Amino acid sequence: MSDQAPTGIKRWLFTTNHKDIGTLYLWFSFIMLLTGGAMAMVIRAELLYPGMQVVDPNFFNMMTTMHGLIMVFGAIMPAMVGLGNWLIPMMIGAPDMALPRMNNWSFWILPGAAILLVAPMFIGGDFLSGQGPAFGWTFYEPLSGQYGNLAFFVFAVHLLGFSSIMGSINIIATILNMRAPGMTLMKMPMFVWTWLITAFLLIAVMPVLAGVVTMMLTDKYFGTSFFDAAGGGDPVMFQHVFWFFGHPEVYIMILPAFGIVSQIIPTFSRKKLFGYASMVYATAAIAFLSFIVWAHHMFTVGMPVAGELYFMYATVMIAVPTAVKVFNWTATMWKGSLTFEIPMLWSIAFVFLFTIGGFTGLMLGLAPVDFQYHDTYFVVAHFHYVLVTGALFGIIAAFYYWVPKWTGNMYPPLLSKIHFWVSLVSVNVLFFPQHFIGLAGMPRRIPDYAVQFADWNFWSSIGGFVFGLSQILFLFIIIKTIKGGEKATDQVWESAEGLEWTIPSPAPYHTFVTPPDVK
Amino acid sequence: MSASKLTKKLGSLLFTALLLGPAMAFAEYSTLNMTESVSKIGQDMYDLHMLAFWICVVAGVLVFGVIIWSIIFHRKSKGAKPAHFHENTTVEVVWTSIPLIILVAIAVPSTKTLLEYEDTTNSDITIKATGWQWKWEYDYIDDKVGDSKGLHFFSSLSKESNDARQLGANKPLPEHYLLDVDKRVVVPVGKKVRVLTTANDVIHAWWVPELAIKRDAVPGFINESWFQSEKVGVYRGQCAELCGKDHGFMPIVVEVKSVEDYKAWSSAQKATAAKAAAAADAASGKTYTMAELMAKGKDVYTANCAACHQASGVGGGPFPALKGSPVATTGSIADHIAIIADGKGIMPPFGSQLSALDIAAVTTYERNAWGNNTGDVVQPSQVK
Repeated sequence: MSDQAPTGIKRWLFTTNHKDIGTLYLWFSFIMLLTGGAMAMVIRAELLYPGMQVVDPNFFNMMTTMHGLIMVFGAIMPAMVGLGNWLIPMMIGAPDMALPRMNNWSFWILPGAAILLVAPMFIGGDFLSGQGPAFGWTFYEPLSGQYGNLAFFVFAVHLLGFSSIMGSINIIATILNMRAPGMTLMKMPMFVWTWLITAFLLIAVMPVLAGVVTMMLTDKYFGTSFFDAAGGGDPVMFQHVFWFFGHPEVYIMILPAFGIVSQIIPTFSRKKLFGYASMVYATAAIAFLSFIVWAHHMFTVGMPVAGELYFMYATVMIAVPTAVKVFNWTATMWKGSLTFEIPMLWSIAFVFLFTIGGFTGLMLGLAPVDFQYHDTYFVVAHFHYVLVTGALFGIIAAFYYWVPKWTGNMYPPLLSKIHFWVSLVSVNVLFFPQHFIGLAGMPRRIPDYAVQFADWNFWSSIGGFVFGLSQILFLFIIIKTIKGGEKATDQVWESAEGLEWTIPSPAPYHTFVTPPDVK
Repeated sequence: MSASKLTKKLGSLLFTALLLGPAMAFAEYSTLNMTESVSKIGQDMYDLHMLAFWICVVAGVLVFGVIIWSIIFHRKSKGAKPAHFHENTTVEVVWTSIPLIILVAIAVPSTKTLLEYEDTTNSDITIKATGWQWKWEYDYIDDKVGDSKGLHFFSSLSKESNDARQLGANKPLPEHYLLDVDKRVVVPVGKKVRVLTTANDVIHAWWVPELAIKRDAVPGFINESWFQSEKVGVYRGQCAELCGKDHGFMPIVVEVKSVEDYKAWSSAQKATAAKAAAAADAASGKTYTMAELMAKGKDVYTANCAACHQASGVGGGPFPALKGSPVATTGSIADHIAIIADGKGIMPPFGSQLSALDIAAVTTYERNAWGNNTGDVVQPSQVK
């Protein structure tokens, strides 16, 4: 079949091919990862020693803000969408996504959104005074309302929302309509299941996010008072609406990673995933619970005690389905025949370190203790264990697992091993001490600290620099693998199961033009 | 030395380093765990924290132990053959129920502590803490122990810390760097202190770890919480909610005194406050020389204005320059005073924080410093 696809830049601008669009998403997210990572390096450089040495406090706040926004909306979410684009059609035996033109559009909105988000940093003459958004990635009112260029931020979020909603509609339409004959819902690979549930979460909460930023916009420019107490509004209502989006958002970032490790662990354990059905139900339960726990981010905001009790009980309930998932991965490895290829290493690290993030999550859910943890580095440590060693490690595991199928080449074994071990050690040197400084009383989002926090901050920064550098090695590995390497077989992994391993490596431009038969 | 001996030796070295390394680090770094509290409820919170921690440790050891066991003994290189099981309803029901039971067990003491923490009745002293960008304002609203009712003051980062924290200052860091203020909150030991938090501009949070109190200060709303210290001492905390540029530089210092010392302190404060009010009254009628106003104005400017407009008056980012600004040169003196007193945009109003003399002095200073050279002299009587 002739592709008749345009070449050069037009190929990428006009493509409706799920593999091309998946690649675009993945590259976009990697560029964002390095951008957000560079900002994290500035943060850790300022925090290396007590005293202000590197940047102005406002610039520091801008770095923490932009780092958070870029990593959440620019790196993790698009990477998951990219993986979904590449893998979902191949996993369910579909020729492409259900809505290929919308697929193109939902990607190409993203660079525009990223420019709108980043541009205010450079508007005006004085870059180093930090004139971009500096109000925290949670953009709490009324602080965010003080910001002069708020409209940039609001429209960037609107665009990100359009992109996510269109991407989700596409994924749902693809999964529900385009599965190969014989592939019932309960036969779908776990990655497809987790993405289906994630897509519903996105459709439910992105409009809420769009709503809250629109209210900010009208408060700032059109004289409304949604969040201004002086006009009869309520700044705390902002937090309720924001976290009604924000908590499911956390699961949007982690659920596909659950799916990824649920694909990888059985392959290298040479054993079927333990408790497939309970995995599906646990994922759905986590998604449901994510909608009814939002105010646990706000225990110190001054809620009625009945509200605090309810949100505490509902929050700790999440530990149950999450524990089921961890037990299932453990039981999958138990009495397996384990080998430790690079994707497996990242997945095992994921299970260990994500679980640590889960433990601290449980501790944070207990309202009376959260009064001490809230807004400290303990929280920073918690969500970085969940999002870096959780979501990001899942994404990296997925890269190593499927890159032979994408490119036809195996990754360079030694370099990849170095990448894993250096990342593993440094990420723990980076984030584990943050538990200590948080418990000792260091608030988050401060550019300078009292001297008793100095020792662990120093080690955290050293770990941060090494972790940052090792992702440059990752870039090198990615390029090297694309350019060449040991040829991969079609099956790639000895006991990998799933339709994507039945097609040639590298995957041809069009796959499953006639649907496969699923037994 | 043979190769195997060398590996053995290296192995034992590595083992010693792994074991001793953290132990040595622990000896050096005392800040590993949550700050223990000097209040009873704070100690309950600490105990709850430790309970949750140990439950997590036990769960972690069990789960990670099983994974590590599999990694060591169920590896293909050791000839492990994969088993074929992939579900077991009994096991799955059991391991869903166990976490549920543990959660209920933690929920009971948590509920008890939470209900106690939220009970702000029967307080002995009530203090209102108002967050400003970037300082705290305190009002003693009620005092059943001493005579502090009506006491009012602002509390900012101490001058030594403030000087040392400037970008590139390169000064030796003073004692209690960033955790020291110019005026402390003083309370008696063993008494229930109710803290009302609110804010003037954006959300702040009033947090003192050792007193186990953290509550958001929300503009337009008043939150209640309380603490009761069982030990005399000085306890230091910080704003815990991002509130803009100098969020990291608005500490909270609470000094807990014995009841007698507290009473003496509160009477002395009353007398000082009365004297200061009389002096301010006298000052507002007086006429000052340009030199006097410039000297005073520079101090007021450094303490209140320089954080945003910079010591050199050039501003930066969202904060406009005063050097050469029409407001401080060609504009009318009355408009200039009005901006200082009432605020503008994100600038807070200073009318309630500064005396008429302070405002007159800082206005004079801004109209004559950095080459603004208007020659204007503003007297306290012009400030209303």
